Amino acid sequence: MSRVFMKGNEAIAEAAVRSGCRFFAGYPITPQNEIPEYLSRRLPDVGGVFVQGESEIASINMVYGAGQTGTRSMTSSSSCGISLKSEGVSFCAAARVPIVYCNMARGGPGIGTIQPAQQDYMQATKASGNGGFRMLVFAPSTVQEAADMTYAAFDYAQRDRNPVLILGDGVLGTIMEPVELPRMRSEEEVAQLKRELSDWTLIGHDPDKGRAFIKPGVWSTKGQEQMCKDNAALYDSWEKDVQVETIGLEDAQLVITGYGISGRIAASAVGKLRTEGLKVGFIRPKTVSPFPYGAYEVLDFHRVKCILDVEMAIPALMIYDVRLAVKDRCPIETCLHAGGEIMSREEIIEKARALLAK
Amino acid sequence: MEKVYSRTRMIQEKMVVGFCPGCMHGTVFKLIGEVMEEMGIADHSALVIGVGCSGLALEYVRYDATTAPHGRACAVATGVKRSNPGTIVFTYQGDGDLASIGLGETMSAANRGENFTVIFINNGIYGMTGGQMAPTTLLGMKATTAPFGRKAEEHGYPMHMCEILNQLTAPYYLERCSCNTPANVMKTRKAIRKAFQNQIDGKGFSMVEIVTSCPTNWGLDALEALRFLEENMLKEFPLGVIRDRSKEAN
Repeated sequence: MSRVFMKGNEAIAEAAVRSGCRFFAGYPITPQNEIPEYLSRRLPDVGGVFVQGESEIASINMVYGAGQTGTRSMTSSSSCGISLKSEGVSFCAAARVPIVYCNMARGGPGIGTIQPAQQDYMQATKASGNGGFRMLVFAPSTVQEAADMTYAAFDYAQRDRNPVLILGDGVLGTIMEPVELPRMRSEEEVAQLKRELSDWTLIGHDPDKGRAFIKPGVWSTKGQEQMCKDNAALYDSWEKDVQVETIGLEDAQLVITGYGISGRIAASAVGKLRTEGLKVGFIRPKTVSPFPYGAYEVLDFHRVKCILDVEMAIPALMIYDVRLAVKDRCPIETCLHAGGEIMSREEIIEKARALLAK
Repeated sequence: MEKVYSRTRMIQEKMVVGFCPGCMHGTVFKLIGEVMEEMGIADHSALVIGVGCSGLALEYVRYDATTAPHGRACAVATGVKRSNPGTIVFTYQGDGDLASIGLGETMSAANRGENFTVIFINNGIYGMTGGQMAPTTLLGMKATTAPFGRKAEEHGYPMHMCEILNQLTAPYYLERCSCNTPANVMKTRKAIRKAFQNQIDGKGFSMVEIVTSCPTNWGLDALEALRFLEENMLKEFPLGVIRDRSKEAN
């Protein structure tokens, strides 16, 4: 393991290479530019390919193509650029092509702002393209988590033959922190990972022995229905992959919840409140799809007076999942910012104190 | 008796194809199959197909194949070829796919000189969706979205993709063919072979445009459609080699 001081975007890029990523295509957009810039230098060193696509649409489709050869492939963008990729992501989900992509989210809707925000929660977790497909979506809150989750994302993508999304934001992308970089996979390991998929990948097969036929749709309605059923079975198998961080749920009277950068700021607020003896708990979904509904299920709602949902999104978006989990068993309050305004620990603390004093 | 001709093995046996009578997709896929067999490349080839009637062919061919989102075949092919350079990669796209929704991907892949082959089917209309106006629809030609015929002042002029790509420096080979006569079928066959050979030799971007008919959406029978193609389409889209870098002095 090597400990280095790195920007989030660069740590994601380096972790991708170490996990075996050998193809990246992307298009410039702030605040994720260090990912393509880093990989344009790094990938040629390891025999990989970097392409600056002519658009986000072209880039995701290059990755859709590269993923079909079994090459670990990635693209990244931010918010409005992710919208442009949505058709291609849907094709990856339909044709079951393993890819990894990152959304280093910014203010929205529309072109929004270039500063950090969490306005893309619904797009990331519920409808990342047409057709009702699902993905594993990881929401790191530190540079270390961003590196670790990116490294693992390629393994999940390959395991499931499905796209995996890293949902970050502008803070995570541009912040510099010490990070233990994951182990670099050897060229032989990377080649082996590609070979493992060679029975279905688009590399050319002897037509007499059976060809690769990659289908993002099926002509027959029965065939398409079966594809949807197969995909649903995959999505149902993800309960085991749920990741969540919790603090102090055993005695909490107030539970603060948030993901990604808001979750990290909220965790810091929780730490401070607990040192003051206040019974504050914390739930941070690390996978936002599937959502850790079970973490809220264990709460003692005779004791928990309120949930405080902290998001850099207006209107609040993760709150819909929190409501599904809480099922009206206690009130849910919010502490929100949007447009690139960053959450402060103090306002979370203030809001929590006010709620506990009620 | 000596066997001098047999059906290409690169089309599924006992397959009833869904192309309309008088459509030339079947002819072109036969030529592609024959060329692949002749060159011995079928076991390391991959077809990236566009969206439209052409997509039906996925079910008919016997080699590796995938579907690109509408217009994105050249981007998908870029990913396939760059990440596995040993595979012979070709796209097969109609005019709506390549010249309208996919214009950006086509131009950019050509401009990068991507080392794959593009087979471009130009019949001047959207086939599968039912006869809407394409970038290549002729002036005066009726379409379901141009019921009074294409008008220059409202719709602009037919786009000439070979000539447009010929403005770029990188493309290696651009030829426009048709399959309206046996002689032209043989020329198309030769052009496809050349385009594949260029890829094997690492020469970069090759495109073979094939001017074809769409009797169903032109509202003509197969013979009338052939006549229309010869009298109108080939005037707007003259056949011939637009660029061949192999013929240029080094």
